[in-house]
Amino acid sequence: MNQAGGGATGYAVEARGVAKRFGRITALRSVDLDVPRGGVTALFGHNGAGKTTFLRIAAGLMRPTSGELKIAGLDAHKEAAAIRGHLGVVSHELFLYGDLSAMENLRFYGRLYQVDDLEARCEEVLTRVDLIHRANSRARHFSRGMAQRLAIARAFLHRPDILLLDEPYTGLDQRSVATLNELIEGFREAHHTVLLTTHDHHLGFTMATDIAILRRGEVIHHTPAAALSREEFDALYEESLQ
Amino acid sequence: MRFLQQLFTIFMKDLRLEWRTREAMSAMLLFALLVLVIFNFAFNPDREMVLAIGPGILWVAFTFAGVLGLNRAFASEQENGCLSGVLLTPMDRGAIYLGKWLANLCFTLIAEAILLPFFVLFFNLSLTTEIPPLLLVCLLGTIGFTAVGTLLAAISANTRLREVMLPVLLFPIIVPVIIGAVQSTGLILNHETEGLTSFIRMLALYDVIFLVTSTLLFDFVLEE
Repeated sequence: MNQAGGGATGYAVEARGVAKRFGRITALRSVDLDVPRGGVTALFGHNGAGKTTFLRIAAGLMRPTSGELKIAGLDAHKEAAAIRGHLGVVSHELFLYGDLSAMENLRFYGRLYQVDDLEARCEEVLTRVDLIHRANSRARHFSRGMAQRLAIARAFLHRPDILLLDEPYTGLDQRSVATLNELIEGFREAHHTVLLTTHDHHLGFTMATDIAILRRGEVIHHTPAAALSREEFDALYEESLQ
Repeated sequence: MRFLQQLFTIFMKDLRLEWRTREAMSAMLLFALLVLVIFNFAFNPDREMVLAIGPGILWVAFTFAGVLGLNRAFASEQENGCLSGVLLTPMDRGAIYLGKWLANLCFTLIAEAILLPFFVLFFNLSLTTEIPPLLLVCLLGTIGFTAVGTLLAAISANTRLREVMLPVLLFPIIVPVIIGAVQSTGLILNHETEGLTSFIRMLALYDVIFLVTSTLLFDFVLEE
């Protein structure tokens, strides 16, 4: 559906001094982060570091208190509607209606995204996440892992070019993890961009082309994954927890 | 065209969910029927009394039942963060509001269509020529309070005391609708025409103002 818009830079996400406060609580102090197009950027950090808040801001579900954010070269505040078509989001929340079947959930979102060949596309993504045999089952009757796979199918449905994945491996068994990794790999091969958060730092490190570590609402490290050995990354990750 | 398609998609989704669960309709009907029965036993009204207090009783039943339905309106959207899922799509926020409003209007009108014969039966009324103007008043009154109610249900859905918050926010704002609807219904049941047109115009004006402002304000209501 989309090709990342005409930003002059090679970045899919550009954050400058993005801050978010909830009353007296500061969730993001000041995030500066450039997410290169066509790569997988893994955002690490301890609980409360601000990963989910940053992803919700990037997804347009939350406004930053201050700072500037560009997605696909577009201003996140002024061109929010245009940006939404570029994004596929997997979050802690599944965004699924329990009393609609898997197929009905996908049809509903597909119509809102104006997906071409909707029926065929729904079947295609359900097949990719190995849920085609449960297409007519209500989402309420799915296990957590199956529901997560359906949520992933929903995120891919409209052929986005930027994926925002917040703890996408939650509840997935080994087979589903492999399926998701294949989807991410295929996405990357198509020169699309992935920004993901995960607590599984080994899996995240394996998947990532870029690594960013958040601590107390600030990016304290941002480097290409190839520039670090596993041991160096582990040391950096441990440091971020202190 | 795209706006209407998106509006229709939201509306059909709500209709399908309600058909599957019947949560809103069953609560609305049961509650409103009880209101009618209790008022009937409490007052045991004769014909004169029915004409005096009947319109008030009818609209108390309608609005209280409507509030129950409105309280359920965003329950399905809160489950699994579905409202966020809808907000992630590139659709117009006004279409979300209008789709939700249309579904609420539909549920409330269906409930009213079922309740009205019970009202006639319990209070021993015989309606013939009064039916068309009465239906018009029901339609205009219901459009008014569901227009405001859908907006306020979206606000109260994110509060801890949402069951209480919605009526607290809603009732002061819909006072003009309730007054207009009760007065119009009274005039119709009493076969009086003087002043009826003014009340109907007032209801129609209220509907237009609150539908337009609510559609425009919905985007701000959804901001986190």
